[in-house]
This record gives sequence, structure tokens and C-alpha cells, in this order.
Amino acid sequence: MSKPIMISVRGLKKSFGDQTVLRDINLEIAKGEVVALIGPSGSGKSTLLRCLNLLAAPNHGVIKIGGECFDFDQTVPEKLSDRTMARFRAQTGMVFQHFNLFPHMTVVQNVMEGPVTVLRRPKAHAHAQAMKLLAQVGLAEKAEMYPEKLSGGQKQRVAIARALAMDPEVMLFDEATSALDPELVGEVLNVIKQLAERGMTMILVTHEIAFAREVADKVIFMRDGVVVEAGPPAQVIDAPTQAATQAFLARVHKIAA
Amino acid sequence: MYSWDFGMLWQYRGIIVSGVITTVLFTAVVVITGLLVGVLVGLGRVSSNRTLCGVLRGYVEVFRCTPVLVQLIWFYYALPVLLGIELSPWMAAALALTLYGGAFYSEIVRGGIVSIDAGQTEAGQAIGMTRWQVMRRLILPQAFRRMTPPLVSQSIMQLKNTSLLSVLAVPDLVYQGQLIAHDTYRPLEIYTLVAVLYFIILFPATVVAKRLELHQIKA
Repeated sequence: MSKPIMISVRGLKKSFGDQTVLRDINLEIAKGEVVALIGPSGSGKSTLLRCLNLLAAPNHGVIKIGGECFDFDQTVPEKLSDRTMARFRAQTGMVFQHFNLFPHMTVVQNVMEGPVTVLRRPKAHAHAQAMKLLAQVGLAEKAEMYPEKLSGGQKQRVAIARALAMDPEVMLFDEATSALDPELVGEVLNVIKQLAERGMTMILVTHEIAFAREVADKVIFMRDGVVVEAGPPAQVIDAPTQAATQAFLARVHKIAA
Repeated sequence: MYSWDFGMLWQYRGIIVSGVITTVLFTAVVVITGLLVGVLVGLGRVSSNRTLCGVLRGYVEVFRCTPVLVQLIWFYYALPVLLGIELSPWMAAALALTLYGGAFYSEIVRGGIVSIDAGQTEAGQAIGMTRWQVMRRLILPQAFRRMTPPLVSQSIMQLKNTSLLSVLAVPDLVYQGQLIAHDTYRPLEIYTLVAVLYFIILFPATVVAKRLELHQIKA
């Protein structure tokens, strides 16, 4: 692959107490690549995503995103300063299953919060940018509303705009459509697809196998804290070689059908 | 049958008014200082520093688990001996009620902070906020909304607690009432008036607290 590497993970290990969640994860993701992380519950997909922006602190391994690199074989996460971690997180955007919008702020204030508080941009500048992003996700007319007035799909689109406002190098989606009513899933997937077309580097933890096949350049199947199989969707989804992948996909297809 | 005579209280109006003023002003002071202590201690108790948390927890439990009357007396009679300083009744009372109120306020503040969903912290951190920015911009504004009704209730308790100041001869409403009772041998009238005055001050406050609570449920 000739494209520059955006994310590189080597020997990543994470455990909570004596429960090991990630055993030895190695990944390389190129700039502009869209990666779908699939696998059964408890396989460590979400933890992997959360390790990538240090919401969960890895125990071992090296994580490189853009120009920043952390070697957790050398450093203990507790030693990292709050500021260092905050700066690292600012370059990745994260979208959560339960949206986590700020309920005491209007939609546009939600989107402006990062640029104003973290990047110290002037309010007028941040407002103009926020309105542009809200238009991009189709919610410009909801700018002055409070999140509680929005549907789940609208909330999630605001959350995407909020993450994009930080001009992230990478977008991480943690089951972004799992908490949505079925009829609202499409509007969020459409926004994600647009981002893919614009060349955003993205990692999606998802249960939407059909969507993963459509937008992802690479699919990673995880189970019990290890990567079982990785490759283009045509290979991993349509012609999996590993028994675990086959079993998982058979179950998912049965539910979908 | 007792024959009431409230008319004779008129000559003591100056003393009664001064008692009301003392009670209200003293409450204002210990509410403000208590809130300051409460917010600082409440923040300290959600910090990750275990020693700090332990020390603050000790403070809170000591003041929650001893009667405020005992604290007032202790601060006036015992503390000066221990520290070799002299405390005026005002100072001792202000110190005791500040620390007593602070202990209760801090529990309200801590409870308000931990009641905010952890997803808010994660969302803030995910856009690159530091812990303090998350606290200041996301957690505290949401927590303070939830904390307002219990903080108002606790402040009402503070006003009632100032009635104990009379044991240290601070001339609050109760103390002035006692003076007048001794002077007139008419305790029924004066203590009834004292009770009515407390009610007149506090009832509107409880109405406000109730409104805030209803507002909270709607929001």
C-alpha cells in the first residue's frame, strides 16, 4: 500500500483487573482507509477503539496516530499528564453508542464546545464552522434547539458534527447506530458514508454487516481479544477462512434474515 | 384561662428587630462560607488523590455525626484552650456553623457531581478536554442544576441552626427573646412571636425551594 500510514498499533494489550480484554493487537491503517471492526459482544472491539484515544489506558503496546506516538511498554499510562492525553485525544473524533451530547447546551453550542474551549478559537469563527458542519449532517435548522428535543438519529448526527469540529485526523465510531430505532439507522449511516467518500480515515465498531461490506475498505473480525481475520470485505465477510468468523457471520445472517 | 397580652411586646420592638437582623445576617454569612467550604470539599472528594479524599471524608463524618449544639460549645470552650487563642462567641459560632454546613453542603456537591453520567466525561475527553475543563464546562453546570434544591433546603436548616447561637450569648432572635422573657415574665407571648417570625422568614424560602424542585422535575 502506497498511502501513508495513519494509525499503527503494535502489541497492544489491555486487561481490567485479571480479565484480559485485548491480548496482542497489531494493526495498520492507511490514511483515508475505512475499517470495520466486527465480532461478538465481549470480543474487545469497543475496548480497542477506546484504547486508540486513551479513554481506556492500554497496559502494553505502541499506538501511533498521525504524528503522535505512545509506547506503553516504556510509559505507564498513569504517568501521562492530563494535558498530553487531551492533546492526543483532540486529533481523533469519537462517536458513542449513546450519543453523550451535552444536555445543557444547544445543538450549535455542542458543536462549538471543542473548538472554543480546547482550541481557543474565537466564538464567531467556531459558530460559522459549527453551522457549516450542521448543514453537512442536515441539521442546520436545529442549531438553536436543545438535544432533548431531537430524535436519536438527529442526536447522533449532532455528535458526529461535534467530533468533526475538532478537525480530527481519524474518526472512531463505537456502535454508533446500535441505540437507534431501526428507521433512524439509515440517516446516520448516510452521514458516515459521506465522510468515507470525502476520504476521512475511520474505524467503525458495528453490527451492521451489510453496511460494513458497502463502505469498509477493510474488515477486521475480533474474538476473545485477538484479531481472528482481517482483509477486504469480499474476503472476510463473503468468504471467511476462519471457523470463528464463519460461525459469527452465520448467526448474524440468520438474525438479519 | 391565660390572658394573652401581645401589646406589651411593642416596647421591645427594637430588640426584636435587632435579633431578626442578627439571625438573618449571621445565616447569610454562614451560608456563603459554608457553601465555599462545601464546594471545595465536594470537589476534593471526587478527586483521584486518595489521601485528600480520606482526610475530607473524616472531616465530613465528624461534623455530620456530632450534634451542632455540641460543636458550637466545643468551638467556644475547647478549641481556644487547645490552640491557646481567644475566640469571640461570634467567631466560634461562625466557625462551627460554617464547618457544620460545609460538611452537609459538600455531600450535596459530591452527590451532584457523581450523579452526572460518565458518558459526559468521556465525550468531553474525546474532544480533547482536560479533566478540569470537563468539570468546569460539562459536569458542574449540570450538577449545580440538580444540587440547587437540596442546597436551598440545607440553607434553611442553617437558618434554623442559628437559633442555637443563644447558648454562646450571641444576640440572635432566640437570645433576644430570652432577654425579653426574663424581663417581662411573659414567655408565652415572646416565644410565640419568635416562632412566628422564624416562620415568616422561612416559609417563603421553602416555597422557593419547592418551586426549584418542580422546575427540576420538568427540566
